[in-house]
Amino acid sequence: MANEVVDHGRRRFLTVTTAVVGGAGVVAAVVPFIKSWEPSARAKAAGAPVTVDISAIEAGQKVTFAWRSLPVFVVNRTKDQLAQLKGLEPRLLDPMSSDSAQQPKYATNETRSIKPEWLVVIGLCTHLGCVPDFVPDIKPEPFDANWKGGFYCPCHKSRYDLSGRVFSGVPAPKNLPVPPYHFIDDTHIQIGVDPKEAG
Amino acid sequence: MANVFSRIGDWVNERAPNLAPTYRKHMTEYFAPKNFNLWYYFGSLALLVLVNQIVTGIFLTMNYKTSALEAFNSVEYIMRDVEWGWLIRYMHSTGASLFFVVVFLHMFRGIMYGSFKRPRELVWILGMLIFLVLMAEAFMGYVLPWGNMSFWGAKVIISLFGTIPYIGGSLVEWIMGDFLPADATLNRFFALHVIALPLVLLLLVVLHLAALHEVGSNNPDGVDVKHGPKGNKWNPEKPIDAIPFHPYYTVKDLVGVGFFLTIAAFIIFFAPTFGGWFLEHDNFTPANNLVTPSHIKPSWYFTPFYAILRMIPSFFGTAIWGVIGMFGAILLLALLPWIDKGEVRSVRYRGLGFRIALGVLVFSFLALGLVGAGVTAEVIPEWFPGADVTTWENAFGRLMVLGYFGFFVFVWVYTRFGFEKTKPVPERVTMHD
Repeated sequence: MANEVVDHGRRRFLTVTTAVVGGAGVVAAVVPFIKSWEPSARAKAAGAPVTVDISAIEAGQKVTFAWRSLPVFVVNRTKDQLAQLKGLEPRLLDPMSSDSAQQPKYATNETRSIKPEWLVVIGLCTHLGCVPDFVPDIKPEPFDANWKGGFYCPCHKSRYDLSGRVFSGVPAPKNLPVPPYHFIDDTHIQIGVDPKEAG
Repeated sequence: MANVFSRIGDWVNERAPNLAPTYRKHMTEYFAPKNFNLWYYFGSLALLVLVNQIVTGIFLTMNYKTSALEAFNSVEYIMRDVEWGWLIRYMHSTGASLFFVVVFLHMFRGIMYGSFKRPRELVWILGMLIFLVLMAEAFMGYVLPWGNMSFWGAKVIISLFGTIPYIGGSLVEWIMGDFLPADATLNRFFALHVIALPLVLLLLVVLHLAALHEVGSNNPDGVDVKHGPKGNKWNPEKPIDAIPFHPYYTVKDLVGVGFFLTIAAFIIFFAPTFGGWFLEHDNFTPANNLVTPSHIKPSWYFTPFYAILRMIPSFFGTAIWGVIGMFGAILLLALLPWIDKGEVRSVRYRGLGFRIALGVLVFSFLALGLVGAGVTAEVIPEWFPGADVTTWENAFGRLMVLGYFGFFVFVWVYTRFGFEKTKPVPERVTMHD
């Protein structure tokens, strides 16, 4: 015989436990699908350090290398260009490189580099990731009448000086990031490895 | 023969008795106001373009290769070697742009005649969701040819998520499946573009129409025909000022379809790139992760929103404000039924303030489009030699951003605090022939 009286407490308990267990199952089942969007093992392996030869980069020249498929700018700055870095401070957003996420400790200095003349930065605008143009000449430009040389992003017109320090009043919020790197010898640098890790 | 058909009909009817009434409810016995004008073409045209996108899209997938190495060449293969492949691709690419043309006009119609107002808020919200999915669909479709603009467009748009504090960086990697747009990104965008989003889009379109047919269509007078006198020549119960959708509006819409297809055919055959607006020149070179095109701009239909993103500078060390502004521009549109408190629907009987504000909205939207497309940056040095381009572009662009957002602020104040002086709304629609 069917039970005439419905036990509501029991029914509610069964409904809630079924919903909770089922819900947990759904959440667990979703995890693999979400995780499948993360960079694959192959993509991560492609992020190995690269060693580049900088002997052919002349003074005032910029060469772009690929590290983790990211463009890394290596600039051989002239004395003249280095001299221009001083005095730009009032026009910059973070002249002292106080944001520690944007460069390793050994590049937290005025030139944002290990050796003053060699600038190594990831050439992606900190606004939305375009590759800024290298505009090294110290002369008035359409986007800045008082240009001292630096990087200019064609996408949203962000400007950086020759140390990759961002100007204030542009869309980009941060200085260009300096990747971990170290000098193997005078003409070779390895991008992706800190000096102390390299021993 | 007729006997065979009627027997098949009876056979189906016995097993699915609700099919015929459903057809009648949405077609022959869907009574729509009799005073629809030109602005009412764009809903059915949007449906037409959707069908075009699905059919041409299916045929494009038959020759397209989803791989960062092969995608660009496979599109060129479709253009050069596949029989009629160029036509199918140009129908798809032109269709994408025209989709936005008709959808923008459709949305303008809704704002102008107050179609978003009670009781049609749900129709409006579903429409805005369709608009969002359509934008995602268009963006991902634009990435698929894997030209240089595809690549950098993907990079910039995905980086928008990177501006979210704390989780931004890993979210961007998660979306791309790599450290920059790559094969993994292209493949997932393909999956979303050809199956996931179209399914969502179709479902939303069905819901949009179902919600519309529940409350009935608005009309240029904004008068509720349902509340007017009853009894037309087809049905004594139905509104006197309404006519059956089929055959009257199906036939009317066919005229619109004829005009529309003529224009579409002209573009497809004579100007498929539309001077770089529909297909950008920089996308005819393969993706290159080390070289950014000199003028990055999105497809024309994103330029107003893109300009809002560009015109808002970063504060407090984050660029998220521009992103908030851009998405806020769309969110405010979706919230219009609750921002605009005016009782009168149609612009025909609304106050002067609303008419001016609507004009400002349209003007700033179009002007932002020009700013976003880089037109102002080209024009300023020509018209005003020696002027500082960035300063003037920012001044103009930011004024237009104020115009766009100002519309919503003004309309809320204007209608919430009773500043609007409306004209008397007629009892019935104004066209009686």
